[in-house]
Amino acid sequence: MSIGATNARPFLEVKDLNVRFETDDGIVQAVSDSSFSLERGQTLGIVGESGSGKSVTSLAILGLHRTRSNAKVSGEIWVDDEELVTASDEQVRLLRGGKMSMIFQDPLSAMHPYFTVGSQIVEAYRVHHPNVNKKIARERTIDMLARVGIPQPERRFNDYAHQFSGGMRQRAMIAMALVNDPSLLIADEPTTALDVTVQAQILDLIRDLQEEFGSAVIMITHDLGVVAELADDVLVMYGGKVIEKGPALEVFQNPQHPYTWGLLGSMPRLDRDVRERLNPVKGSPPSLINLPSGCAFHPRCPYAGRNGNRSFTEVPVLHGDLHQVACHLPQEERTRLFQQEVLPNL
Amino acid sequence: MLAYLIRRLINAVITLLVVTAVTFGIFFLVPKATGSDPALLYIGKTSDAASVEGIRVKMGLDDPIVVQYGKFLKGLVAGRDYANGPDVQHCPAPCLGYSFKTDQEVTPLLLGDLPVTLSLALGAAVLWLIMGISTGVISALRRGSIIDRTVMTGALAGVSLPIYFTGLLSSAIFVYWLGWLPQGNYVPFTESPGDWFIQLLLPWITLAFLFAATYARLTRANMLETLGEDYVRTARAKGLRERTVIGKHALRSGLTPIVTVFGLDLGALLGGAVLTETVFNLRGLGYQALTAIRGNDLPIILGVTLIAAAFIVFANLIVDLVYGIIDPRVRLA
Repeated sequence: MSIGATNARPFLEVKDLNVRFETDDGIVQAVSDSSFSLERGQTLGIVGESGSGKSVTSLAILGLHRTRSNAKVSGEIWVDDEELVTASDEQVRLLRGGKMSMIFQDPLSAMHPYFTVGSQIVEAYRVHHPNVNKKIARERTIDMLARVGIPQPERRFNDYAHQFSGGMRQRAMIAMALVNDPSLLIADEPTTALDVTVQAQILDLIRDLQEEFGSAVIMITHDLGVVAELADDVLVMYGGKVIEKGPALEVFQNPQHPYTWGLLGSMPRLDRDVRERLNPVKGSPPSLINLPSGCAFHPRCPYAGRNGNRSFTEVPVLHGDLHQVACHLPQEERTRLFQQEVLPNL
Repeated sequence: MLAYLIRRLINAVITLLVVTAVTFGIFFLVPKATGSDPALLYIGKTSDAASVEGIRVKMGLDDPIVVQYGKFLKGLVAGRDYANGPDVQHCPAPCLGYSFKTDQEVTPLLLGDLPVTLSLALGAAVLWLIMGISTGVISALRRGSIIDRTVMTGALAGVSLPIYFTGLLSSAIFVYWLGWLPQGNYVPFTESPGDWFIQLLLPWITLAFLFAATYARLTRANMLETLGEDYVRTARAKGLRERTVIGKHALRSGLTPIVTVFGLDLGALLGGAVLTETVFNLRGLGYQALTAIRGNDLPIILGVTLIAAAFIVFANLIVDLVYGIIDPRVRLA
């Protein structure tokens, strides 16, 4: 209630989030004990490989796991002082698409092929504004289409998704996500399906709209360039766990986790000789049904075992103040390794 | 759209022409191969040579096959006169000739049977659509549940059991044992809608059971596929009620493939449900066809075949047009 109170809850707070799916092959532990928070006007980048739990985390925030009977979610998700894990389906539905909305990865499959793009946006608007008539909803939609940079919005209103180009389709998707002025916007790899020039335009658009609306944005991506450009904070996920988090600048300049080093090493850079090889993270992502013991990253970590057997038996805890990391290596050792062995090869 | 429509119409006409040519060819070739004389079939075996010859001339049976086929087509479109000197018999369009057995004109005979088949097919279609789609959707939504398993087991039975088994079994139970329904006797709708309904109830249910089984499985499979689509997740992410997500977004694409199957099934059924009509003693096109085949009454067989083919071609045409309306990607392609 009191403005500026020090113990006020952040706008978005996720605490000890666990998401698991019971399948025929066993229990898939998609997200384990993840915690993070985000304020309005700020952008959080969530980075990780496929299957690291980044998309599942965002689906859990929106409550989209609720229709899957085999999904079990525990922990706390607070959005604007409302707890969503224990909230009723109806409560979450009313927030979904209204206060919090999502931009999906592949707008061609994420839009219904049989309904016009305009009518799908109108529908999104009217479900949260039930008293608004069709004409006003249509005007609002055309206004949104124009805002996201779609030319001739009155005409495009009646087109179907397959009649749009990839970039225009993603713009329409963004218009749909923003039509109700959400305070929390989750963008799940919004630029993966697009070519590079369009990617830049879409990222600029999201940033501009965020400034205009003051929303909190979660940017899910495996592209560190996107995070570097947009995010205030970064969360690195591996095997369903948060393994490093902190202010974006800090994480990029002084990355602490060997996995983060690997991600940075696998980024192509224009200022390097093209014949130079990338340094990708060796091996493949872990199975979420049967996570490796101890530190889930140890089978792929070049430094595992340097600190006795702890890597193989103990799960590392996230530690640190502003910039946190979950790694058994002592701080001094990590700093030395990064400076001497990793940085020169980046 | 108009060009597409015209193209489809021309296709339909060509298909029908081919069907008439093939059936007429068989109609002409069968008597030759079996050594029977159509003129004899018309007039009966005891007739004298002169009257057989008279019939031969009157029906044009001595003309070359191409001429006969031409006359037949003319009869279909404009009607024709059968003449042997002063003895002229006019057969109005669409003329399908005369029955070998009863000398009746085929067209009015078949038109008289049409309401029975139409009543049977349309009534059953309404039933099986409701039964098949609703159980299919419920099965998909409650996948793996007891309801799902029960429905799918029932559907398996429906697909596997032949109509002469389910038909006779249901007659035995509901007509002879429980006595809830009357013993089959078709009553025209115009005479008494109530009796029409009660008399057709059992045939409808039996026929619908067979088709509903297929439709339930098809609907279930389509819905399961659609429910996993990204755009259904988007619909939920917009905050739509689950009712709208399922009833509008998922069902819209889940039912689209059903349209194709339904059009073809109904078209085929309108040409006569031979087994159902026989089991329930309904004098429709299927029953007529069966009787004609038993009696070697070629003009009637030809007529029923043509009507059945016309229904299927027509149903195909409608399906294509409807598809263009419900799937915008087809319309614009």
